[in-house]
Amino acid sequence: MSATPSPRLALRGNPRLGLALGTLTLLVALVALLIVTPQLAERAGASDFQARLLAPTTDYWFGTDVLGRDLLARTLQGLALSLWVGAAAALLGTLIALGLAALACLDRRADAVVGLLVDSVLGLPHLILLMLIAFALGGGTQAVIIAVALTHWPSLTRVLRAELLQLQQADYVRLSRRFGKSRGFVIWHHLLPALLPHCLVGGLLLFPHAILHEAALTFLGFGLSPGQPAIGVLLAESMRYLSAGYWWLGVFPGLGLLLLVLAFDRLGNALRRLLTPHEAQQ
Amino acid sequence: MIAPLTRRLLRLVAVLGVVALAAFGLMQASPIDPVDAYLGPQVAQVSPEQRALIAERWGADQPATQQFLHWLGNMLRGELGWSRVYNAPVSEVIGTRFMASLPLLASAWLGATLIGFALGVIAGTREGGWVDRWICRYAYTLASTPTFWLAILGLLLFSVTLGWTPVCCAGPAGVTRDELSLATRLHHLLLPALTLSLLGVAQITLHTRARMLELMRSEVALHALAQGASRRDVAWRHGARHACLPALTLAFASLGELFGGSMLVEQVFSYPGLGRATVEAGLRSDVPLLLAIALFTALFVSVGNALADGLYRLVDPRLRQVHP
Repeated sequence: MSATPSPRLALRGNPRLGLALGTLTLLVALVALLIVTPQLAERAGASDFQARLLAPTTDYWFGTDVLGRDLLARTLQGLALSLWVGAAAALLGTLIALGLAALACLDRRADAVVGLLVDSVLGLPHLILLMLIAFALGGGTQAVIIAVALTHWPSLTRVLRAELLQLQQADYVRLSRRFGKSRGFVIWHHLLPALLPHCLVGGLLLFPHAILHEAALTFLGFGLSPGQPAIGVLLAESMRYLSAGYWWLGVFPGLGLLLLVLAFDRLGNALRRLLTPHEAQQ
Repeated sequence: MIAPLTRRLLRLVAVLGVVALAAFGLMQASPIDPVDAYLGPQVAQVSPEQRALIAERWGADQPATQQFLHWLGNMLRGELGWSRVYNAPVSEVIGTRFMASLPLLASAWLGATLIGFALGVIAGTREGGWVDRWICRYAYTLASTPTFWLAILGLLLFSVTLGWTPVCCAGPAGVTRDELSLATRLHHLLLPALTLSLLGVAQITLHTRARMLELMRSEVALHALAQGASRRDVAWRHGARHACLPALTLAFASLGELFGGSMLVEQVFSYPGLGRATVEAGLRSDVPLLLAIALFTALFVSVGNALADGLYRLVDPRLRQVHP
């Protein structure tokens, strides 16, 4: 090993970069497909009573549902909805985590309160808390986003709090304060840039959980309204037709959800490894 | 020994207090009126006076703080209230439902822990080999799988297509719980328990594997290998011991996740357990039952965590106190 491993060289030899880029490309293509296609909603809503409950064919790749709607279009639309809800919830959850972590570092009493809050949220099964919040807000898209955001901040808060406590004691931060820089300057120029990668990765890793919990909540009947083409709604509907042998109604929407969640999970983990230097060199 | 125990108990009480307050507040904030939800479509036939009478009987016309204190007092005295959906005392509903869920939860938990730990040890022993790669892939995929979808797949494959297991419920229709034979019960339990245990496997496997790698790369392993021990010997003698405590903690910490999973699995298989009762209570606005279940599950999860801590002390020789 020569002593000149510049960052670019290290990255070029790193197979994980390829994984990250590959997943990223996949996701960008998926998002573009979901957002750009305007005919999707039209196709998903168009019912054709001549083509009810068709098994997958070349015309309808995923088959059709009981009203003769194209299951492929409906699945894609459901995934787009999941993406949107998941992104909003993950962003909101990350912001809550950042705010509470900052609060916890201010003084000891605030730290105790935040610790108690974290323990309380973790002390209740996620799904029950989600249900209670969605119940309190009366259901609907907004309620789901808020409920998922309010249940997913604790683990990230713990990570960010530990990181902030360490940063506060770091030499360069203390030196900066000694040189007379203001609190705001230190936060803006030293603390936030150091925390940003953690927020990014943490938020990205919240995303798959958020999507899964949104789908579960909707499946149980507390989340998005039955009129929306969410994956949870599609699967809850499929339950009525499973014993009659219409398997495609239950298989394909869930498969789509699995692939979406898996892609985000892998991307988040790949990014985390890239941003953690000692692991990235392996 | 006493001081940490007291601190733990205080913490538990504080957490339960916060949960009670939050749950009650959320119920109060709900736009769904419990009286209207109780009456349902018959609301048109009820005069405003009768409605006010019901509200007065339930105490729904009093200010929220008073209602909360009243409810909290009743809770502490063990009076959990009356479930409107099941038309029975809440404590009775929770008792019977939890007893129905318990075999499901226990078998799934045990299965997940044992399978997850074994897979983790095997994967960690052969780092980078094809077994390891496949176990990792399997765990990653499983971690991203929606629970209820896995249950639907199981239902489709084993119940509908192959006909090996029943499609729904804890027993055949028209038979009461007491008349069921053990074999029938197990037959109905098999698929839900299997689905639920598959859910918990992923996390324990990945965690155990990470701990195994830590040990297999350490000097302990190197020394043992140099003395002529095989990789399998090192894995079981040193690795498994090193990895079993974190796995145990994780298993107890995942009780909340397990209960959430049981809600979904019971919904898919129409299994009449506590999870399904929770969903029913939420959908039909049975506030006393919902609140009691929230507190009960919080207690369940906290006791699980406390147990993990206690077991840790019991199992780990390094934490045992030396008596003079």
